Amino acid sequence: MVNVKRIMLDVLKPHQPNGLEFTSAIAEQSPGARVKLTVIEVDEQTETVVIIIEGKDLRYNEITEAISNMGGTVHSIDEVEVESGLE
Amino acid sequence: MDVMFDKLSLLFKISNANGIARRYFIVNGFDGALTMLGLIMGFYVSEQVNLSVVVSACLGAAIALGMSGLTSAYISEAAEKKKELRELEEAMVKDLADSAYGQATRLLPFIIALINGLAPLIISLIIILPLWATSLALLVPFSPLEIALLLALVNIFVLGVFLGRISNTFWLWAGLRTLLVAAATAGLIYLLSPHL
Repeated sequence: MVNVKRIMLDVLKPHQPNGLEFTSAIAEQSPGARVKLTVIEVDEQTETVVIIIEGKDLRYNEITEAISNMGGTVHSIDEVEVESGLE
Repeated sequence: MDVMFDKLSLLFKISNANGIARRYFIVNGFDGALTMLGLIMGFYVSEQVNLSVVVSACLGAAIALGMSGLTSAYISEAAEKKKELRELEEAMVKDLADSAYGQATRLLPFIIALINGLAPLIISLIIILPLWATSLALLVPFSPLEIALLLALVNIFVLGVFLGRISNTFWLWAGLRTLLVAAATAGLIYLLSPHL
């Protein structure tokens, strides 16, 4: 059993929803998780952000679905931290 | 219910629909109130008009305003929202049809069209209510045309106050400003009346 503890994603998103709403929607998909968003670059219609999600057992598919539902695209997974349970 | 409200509020936010809906409500509501004021003023200065004719004419105009608001807003908003979505899709290099943006593009033109259509219809119906009631012998004490005129002026004043709240100007001044437009309209109709 492997649990995902931390993911760092490079994401391209529209200006709306703003960072607060964007991270809140991600957090809703991962109860107990801690979500941090940092804006890296701002363009006319989009912004590049780095999102760090930390939790006990993160569900990657649900996180990307929340991002996609708000119009965002995951460009890359920049960092990952997983933990395996004792057999 | 809360989830649906949150979803709707997100869709309104990402497509900046709050301001658009508010603008449509004021513009077409003002249109409805001023049209009713003009019609009723026209009948008022003509004198000796059958009340059922006034009710039919005003009701016809109210329904036409409602239908016009509904269809024109839907056509223009659907086109605008599709254009905005296409531009965003180009910037994101991604199909956004299944995202909240896609949902907003499909749903919001309906909501905005409803607001744009219902605003003049409801305001007009409020204004012609005393005419209707009198034609059904429900209201007698005052002249129904004068009550309807007064209601039109009150509606226009309230719309002005609402505008004042949005722009953060003194409510009385904002209401008086729209009332002045109504008074000028009524004055013009009176002056241009062939009965003078």
